[in-house]
Order: sequence, then C-alpha cells, then structure tokens
Amino acid sequence: MKNFIFERAELDNLVETLKRRGFKVIGPTVRDSAIIYDELTDANDLPIGWTDEQTNGTYRLKRRDDAAVFAWTVGPQSWKKFLFPPIQKIFATHRSTKGLDFPNSKKQAPQESPPIKYAFFGVRSCELNAIAIQDKVFLGGPFIDPLYQRKRTGVFIVAINCNQAGGTCFCASMNTGPKATTGFDLALTEILSDKHHYFVVEAGTELGEDILKNVKCTKATEENLATIKNITEQTVTQMSRSLDTANLKNILYQSSEHPRWERTASLCLTCTNCTMVCPTCFCATVEDVTDLAGKQADRIRKWDSCFTLDFSYIHGGSVRTSTKARYRQWMTHKLASWVDQFGTFGCVGCGRCITWCPVGIDITEEARAIRENQP
Amino acid sequence: MSKKNTTAVKVLTQKKARKPKLAVWKFSSCDGCQLSLLDCEDELLAIAEHVDIANFPEASRMVTKGPYDISLVEGSITTPHDAERIHQVRRQSKVLITIGACATAGGIQALRNFKDVKQFIVAVYANPKFIETLNKSTPIADHVFVDFELRGCPISKHQLVEVINAYLNGRKPNTPSYAVCVECKRRGITCGLVAHGPICLGPVTQAGCDALCPSYHRGCFGCFGPKETPNTAALSTYWKTLGVKDDDLVRLFRGFNAYAEAFRKESEAHEK
Repeated sequence: MKNFIFERAELDNLVETLKRRGFKVIGPTVRDSAIIYDELTDANDLPIGWTDEQTNGTYRLKRRDDAAVFAWTVGPQSWKKFLFPPIQKIFATHRSTKGLDFPNSKKQAPQESPPIKYAFFGVRSCELNAIAIQDKVFLGGPFIDPLYQRKRTGVFIVAINCNQAGGTCFCASMNTGPKATTGFDLALTEILSDKHHYFVVEAGTELGEDILKNVKCTKATEENLATIKNITEQTVTQMSRSLDTANLKNILYQSSEHPRWERTASLCLTCTNCTMVCPTCFCATVEDVTDLAGKQADRIRKWDSCFTLDFSYIHGGSVRTSTKARYRQWMTHKLASWVDQFGTFGCVGCGRCITWCPVGIDITEEARAIRENQP
Repeated sequence: MSKKNTTAVKVLTQKKARKPKLAVWKFSSCDGCQLSLLDCEDELLAIAEHVDIANFPEASRMVTKGPYDISLVEGSITTPHDAERIHQVRRQSKVLITIGACATAGGIQALRNFKDVKQFIVAVYANPKFIETLNKSTPIADHVFVDFELRGCPISKHQLVEVINAYLNGRKPNTPSYAVCVECKRRGITCGLVAHGPICLGPVTQAGCDALCPSYHRGCFGCFGPKETPNTAALSTYWKTLGVKDDDLVRLFRGFNAYAEAFRKESEAHEK
C-alpha cells in the first residue's frame, strides 16, 4: 500500500495539478441549499465548513463550526450525470433523395472533438461501487454503450473516505463502504483535530502516484493508518440504518403478493425521484425529434424511470398500471433480479432514495417489513 | 436499394401540394395560450412555411374560410353561446387540439364550480339580468370530441411547436404525462420539497414546463394539471404531518386546474 499524508493547504495544489494535467475537475460544491457536483475552479469551491442533515424526505444544509471539507455525505446528485447524462443526443439523421443519411456512421464520421477528460474529486465509497455497477451495465455485456464508454474512459477518480455517516446511509450493510477499497486513483481521508488539518492519501494507480509528485507529501505512519481505521469504524457505528441482505433475493422473489406492497403503494407518489437520484438506475427512453419539414431528425436519450406509465407501455397499454406493480418492480429489481442480471445488488446503500423521496419512503424499512412478515 | 424502397422514399419526400390550414379559436380565457403561438418568434416563420395560418384573429384580420386541418382551441365553456359555438368549431375541424388549462380543465374560472355562480353575479354586476352565464366552467372535452389536449397555464411554446411538428410529420408528439420531478432531476435542480420544504405540487403535476418554477426556487403551482396516476391523497397526508392545514390544501389544489378531476377531488376532501 502506498500511503502518504499531506497538509490541508496542499489540497488546493492537488486540484491545481489535475487541472494542469488537462482534467476537467468535477467536485462537490454548495448550490441551491444542497451540496451538488459541478466543475471546480479551485479548491475554494469545495463545501468548506458545511455539512448536511438527512432523514426520510428531508435534507438540510448546515454550517459547521470548523473548516472541514468533506464532513458531509452525499447530496441529490451523483456522478452518473456526467457519465450517463440526463439528456443526450444518440444520433442525427437527415432525409435525402436516396433515403436516410446518418452523418455519424463510421463511413462519414466527422472529426469528433476529443472527449472531455474528467477528474472526479471527492467520490464516496458507495459511489465508487455505483460507478462499478454502471460500468457493468453499460460496458460489461456483449454490447457496449459507446456514449458511456467515451465519457468513462480515462476518468481520474479521487475518492474520499467518509468520516461521518449521513442520516440515511446504510453502505456498511451493503458492503459498499464507508472506506474505498478499489476503483480509485487516489483515496483521501480527511483528518481534522484541534491543531492539525491534514489528509492521508492512498494511491490506487500509477497515475495517481504520479499526480502526487506535484503535491508535498510525506510517507504515512502506522499511527496515521490506525487513525483511518478508527475513523472508518466510528463511521460504521454512526450508521443508523441497515439492510439485511441474507437470502434477500429469494425472500423478495417469494413475496410478490406480500400485503406490504399495497401499503407502500398507498404512500408512493410514482414521482420517479428515487430512481432519478439513484446512482445505479440506468433506464432511459428515446425520443425522436424532427424538424418541421421532416428533413432532419435527432434521436435523444433521456433518463427514464420504472415509475412512469410509459415505461412499461407496450402495444395495447402499460403493463404496470398500478403503483404497487411499479414499486415492487423497482425494489425487486434493486435487491433481487439485479443479482441474477449483473451479479451484485443494484443498491449501494447511499440513502439518496430515502432522503429525496418527497414522502420519505425508506427502502430499508420496506425490505425489513417484507422479511419480518413472511407467511 | 430495392425498387420498392425507392418508391417509399419518393412518397415520403414528396412535397405536399397544399399546406394544412390552421385555425385558432378563443373561448373563456385570457389569451395567454394563443399568444404562445406568437411567442414562437424563432419558429414562427418556419411554422408559417409549413402551415397556412388561416384563422387567427389575434395575429391577423385576414381569415380564410374553413374547413381547417388543425384547430387550436383556447378557453373553457362558460356561456350558452360558447356551448353552441364549440360544435361549429368541431364541425369545421379535422383535428381539434385544446390548448391550456382553461380548455382542458375549465381554467381558473372553474373556481365558480365550487360555489353558486348566481351569488357572484349579484355581487359583481349592477344589472345581473344582462348576464347570461352557465353554472359551471367546463373543459372543451365535456362538449365535443377532442383529438389532443395540451396542458399548461399557459402552455409551453415548445410543446405547441412539438404538437404541430408531430402532426406535420405524422408521428406521436413527445409530451409525456409523468411528474414535473422528472424534469427537475434531469435539469439537476435540487428538490425544494426535501431541501427546504414543504410545498410543491411537482410530484402530482404533469411535466411540460421544464420545471420552470422550481428552477427559480419556487414550488410547483400545478399549472400543467394532474400527472398520470397522481397520488394527491398521499401528498396531502404527508403534508398534514408537517403541519399543513386543510384550508391551505384546499387552496393549493384549487389553482388553474381546480376542476381537473384529481385536483378537484383532493381539494373537496379537505373542505370543511
């Protein structure tokens, strides 16, 4: 393991170095009463001295009485908005006398501008797992998604190990955090005591190590590593929610007619918020947009959700007209059929669906209710 | 390319001999929705290139006689005269599209539907006997067959162009009936309900405005009416736990789409 420490002031240098290396640095920043992800001009854009308080259906941004940079958890957005943008043109075509022309087809591909080189700054362990899941979805099968691949290739990831648990977090029970174990170039742990504000950094790749050459680092001591271990353990202890995954797949497969679904359906707004904020949800719809003359058409891919009626529309109508069917589909996919499909759960325990549900439906509670009331 | 395909392409690329005739009709309304057509500015010339704007008094005194290929109908039915005239409009129209909350749900003037209209007339007019009005303000679809309903107060000009565009190209318009929340999330707008709360009708309101109010840190007012499968009761129940009063719930659901079924039932459920 290659662990180093650097002083808080060097964080600015790390952001600067990434920018100098040609990365577009995306990181957390405070905007519109939340911590969201956007391009960072410099390290001053980070949510210094901010934290969040979260519970079912509620998120509040709060001031801290110190200058901690990462003492908060996850906000309404996830990194998927950069790798799998909410609205994206798939192709354009125009009508000619010979038929339809596809200017983006291989034969006539115009000189494409080089893809943006992203550096994601401050990726939580749950989010690393979510990115790994979307990698599997978009790049893992026999058919790769070229749009995702183009954005994903060469992304530099600076992970941040959580030093506190949010009110809706349950990553420990999903085995996806709170400490980053893989999938990063650099992983930081922020340590803030009365007199000393510094970061322990673990290099996960050679490129990560190379970037660190521009940052004033010293080798991490055993004591530093013990501190990280303590922080991680403390964070796990703070986590108030958990989702018992033992035999979960089978329990859900056997519970399609469980009365709990009906109860949840009476609360669920089918507003789609849980799926939109979920860092693993990957469903999209395509819309064809024409010009008035019908000579030019664009095919646009947009985030979709299994909570809409159109999502399950086939010839003759929608398959899942009831809210019960839609909620059951979503949760059973996340916690059961996802395992058969991709080999992991589709849930990383980030808690976004709990916080951002306008009526505070809690997936951990739903799973517990179904598990505990088996016929 | 096979011979058959070439013919198909020829048919597709053939220029239509006659431009479709478009008419715009006004019933009880504020004119805001028909103004959305003039608001198209950048697209207006292109539209005029492909459709013959044959009857649009707001824009031109020149009126070409019907029948019309597309009729855009704004406003609700509030007078006996309206109730007759809408049948004349329908008879002259191949495709009838209602535009806006008045035409699709009765509009803000449908607030009268919850009270006795005669009392209003007596209170407002010096000579009530000259006022001829119906007890209720009703949407166009209550009177004639409507081919397509475009929501909004006012409608979105982008959706209007999209509907005309879809008609011209013989495809289904992209006007989804899911919640405003989808548009908020796609735009990366932080949910106000969750982050500062508690009032926003977004989760029960149909998308189409591209989350206009939430983008200015305001809750959704429900201008586009109820979304598909709106669970208004669940939202109200939750808000009541946060301290929202019945009176406020009545007012919330009694906006521009007060008479749309889901909103009407919800407001009535909280009326004492």
